[in-house]
Amino acid sequence: MSRELEYLAREAVRGRLNRRDFLGRAAALGLTLPVASKLLNSAAYAQAPRKGGDLICGLVGGESTNSLDPATFLSQVPQVFGKCWGETLVYSKPEDGSPVGLLAESWDASDDVKEWTFKIRKGVKFHDGKDMTPDDVLATFQRHSDPNAKSGALGVMENIAAMKVDGENIVFTLKNADADLPLLLSDYHLIIQPSGGVGAPDAGIGTGPYKVEANEPGVRYMATKFDEHWRDDVGFVDTVEILVMNDTTARMSALQSGQVHIINRVEPKTVSLIERAPGVVIERVPSKGHYVFVMHINTPPFDNNDLRMALKLAIDRDAMVDTILQGYATKGNDFPINQSYAYAPKDIPQRAYDPEEAASFYKKSGHSGPIQLKTSEVAFPGAVDAATLFQQQAAKAGIQIEVQREPGDGYWDQVWNKQPFCASYWGGRPTQDGMYSTAYYSKADWNDTRFMRPDFDAKLLEARGELDQERRAQLYREMALMVRDEGGLILPMFNDFIDAHTDQVQGWISDPNYEMSGLSAPIRVWLPS
Amino acid sequence: MVTLPPASLQNEGVVRHMPRLRMVGGPLVKMIAQRIALGVLLLWAVSVLIFAGTQILPGDVATAMLGQQATPEAIANIRNELGLDRPAVVRYFDWLGNALQGDLGKSYTNRQDIATNIGKRLGNTMFLALCAAVIAVPLAITLGVLAVRYRNTFFDKFLSILTLSTVSLPEFFAGYLLILLFAVQLRWFPSTATIRPSMDFGDKLYAIALPCLTLVLVVVGHMMRMTRAAILNVLSSAYVETAELKGLSPSRIIWRHALPNALAPIVNVVALNLAYLIVGVVVVEVIFVYPGMGQFMVDHVSKRDVPVVQACGLVFAAVYIVLNIVADVAAIVANPRLRHPR
Repeated sequence: MSRELEYLAREAVRGRLNRRDFLGRAAALGLTLPVASKLLNSAAYAQAPRKGGDLICGLVGGESTNSLDPATFLSQVPQVFGKCWGETLVYSKPEDGSPVGLLAESWDASDDVKEWTFKIRKGVKFHDGKDMTPDDVLATFQRHSDPNAKSGALGVMENIAAMKVDGENIVFTLKNADADLPLLLSDYHLIIQPSGGVGAPDAGIGTGPYKVEANEPGVRYMATKFDEHWRDDVGFVDTVEILVMNDTTARMSALQSGQVHIINRVEPKTVSLIERAPGVVIERVPSKGHYVFVMHINTPPFDNNDLRMALKLAIDRDAMVDTILQGYATKGNDFPINQSYAYAPKDIPQRAYDPEEAASFYKKSGHSGPIQLKTSEVAFPGAVDAATLFQQQAAKAGIQIEVQREPGDGYWDQVWNKQPFCASYWGGRPTQDGMYSTAYYSKADWNDTRFMRPDFDAKLLEARGELDQERRAQLYREMALMVRDEGGLILPMFNDFIDAHTDQVQGWISDPNYEMSGLSAPIRVWLPS
Repeated sequence: MVTLPPASLQNEGVVRHMPRLRMVGGPLVKMIAQRIALGVLLLWAVSVLIFAGTQILPGDVATAMLGQQATPEAIANIRNELGLDRPAVVRYFDWLGNALQGDLGKSYTNRQDIATNIGKRLGNTMFLALCAAVIAVPLAITLGVLAVRYRNTFFDKFLSILTLSTVSLPEFFAGYLLILLFAVQLRWFPSTATIRPSMDFGDKLYAIALPCLTLVLVVVGHMMRMTRAAILNVLSSAYVETAELKGLSPSRIIWRHALPNALAPIVNVVALNLAYLIVGVVVVEVIFVYPGMGQFMVDHVSKRDVPVVQACGLVFAAVYIVLNIVADVAAIVANPRLRHPR
């Protein structure tokens, strides 16, 4: 009973349960009002940040091949560790995804949204004792703009025509107007480094709350508190240690046996098991990431919109969410945007499973014979099961899908973006514009549905330069409908981020931008004494 | 008058033939030299095979590094920078030339020095393997001898069942069972074998307790059963009967007379298991998050980091070859008939 009470008190303090409800449930468990109030107060007291302690995280997503060079960040472990030692100009607010200044104090755009001025914060020090200056910021962005730096943020930098230092400011001149520039600069690759990291990109020196102490790629990372850090709302524990644990069971047992405080990527099918373990708290937040089946709309038979529509209607999204992700997901609607994005369209009807309608579209398309769907266990967790499930659902509409399982090694080279119909996944992007320009813009390298529509491109560019929010939302709604009704995307579900920690860990912030509380869990949480 | 054969022949098989290097000198040294030369040749062949293998795998380091994020221009940049646009043969001989001079080069992916990194990982792997071997080898041989001494009793059968079950239990399952029992339920040992630089020897032993135990369970059965079989084989020979008729105790017959003559097959099995402890433990490493060579190599294979894969492959092949040479030599030293080939 006391465990349930503690749980309720915690939920109440986090605002997931209001005070009244808490007191009601506590009374139902046989507690008198004064005792319940006291419990609530002590839970709230525990919420006040405390400094000190050694935090240990066990995370999947690290390999011996990783580097500390932010340009190369690709998986979770370097990304999370990057948030410990480095900072970007801007970060994305967990509550609504809006940009908040970090190393940039403020910013301003010209009327044509092509010239942006960012005021750089003063009095911030790098770990090597030097002051962070606008010149360092400029050098950082110059390095990421250089194709030879192999930066994952090159796509962000491509729209920048020129940049210069102007006193305490950095001024960007864009090729095309972009109202989202501040959010784009929150990209986790764009950590400001001394002299831009030129010459020593993997030195691990930044302005973050923790200094790099140990860097053993694929094994273990360690960082200690940087005493001269300028913020007091992050960096509570003394040391952060990240252990790379790519095996799910290893992560689970490490958490249960108290060897680590936080783990990421709890598998949906094991959530209910680990939730019952004493002292374990599950953190779940709907993400922008989604699991998809993509069709090349320029390749027969998928060049026929009736066939595409038949397939979109022949998938049972509810069953997908329940079976593949055990309910830890939200239904998709065949466009890559959900309510976690700013300006997300709200009134687009949910597409439902309708075998009869699907059959009639299928008949109209005139197609016959099996349709090959390539899948692999790396396409997304449960992708092989999902493809088989889809096969059975489509069979009810008389559509014959032939599932072909491909080896995981080489899937992203040989199958995805090459074969006309395959399973895949997308991580979220900070903005709708980011998502659409990565995968639906006609010139995008990763246009994995071959969606090439000049009218769509025009809307995309217009929305990008539009500061009027209503007009912008209107444009994004029209674009969503185009992808939903004419595109090659079958989007059954948006997955949740599921992390877990021990009940010692306090101050977890729900952040839909990335897993691990927006990659920032180690710098946001604290430990009780 | 009958001439008695020299004393040494009289006692053939009953007295243990201690290796006398003075006597063995010439042919043995020649044989070891031959084995080593063959080993080097084999290593070279292995390096060719590994290189060819990594070329056949789909994709290369550029596409693997960039993953789903690969744009054609980024791929071209990486290939150009790493010299991957040169023909495979040129790249191989480049690598071979440097490797012969002791320079294993830098990793394609994170630009770290390969020799340093492999050194650390190999050290960890050796530490785990050695700890497991120190427990498993004496344990297996003692149990094997005891099983022979009390053969066909309840003790022997119990040992048989026990070792057969540990051998048949997949190592990941054994590992998970140990974690569940000793880490999650009882909390005696850590579930993950994290090695930190600040640890002293005792801490490290404590950290690797569970993976070490898992490995012991996996290898002890095989070695124990082979020891038992080899000794039983020797026990059926005539000289053992002689020893029995002389009135020697069963234990003395087994330890002093049978075991030394059964050494050759046992040494071979031990060498095979030692090699497994070093090169075959990637599953155990993953389960216990132990930073050894196996995981290191798998990471680099999946990233097509050819120089690192080459280096790892060579280290593994060298371990096999060296252990096999040692086993051969030991078997020959222990067996006079092999020592003097006709």
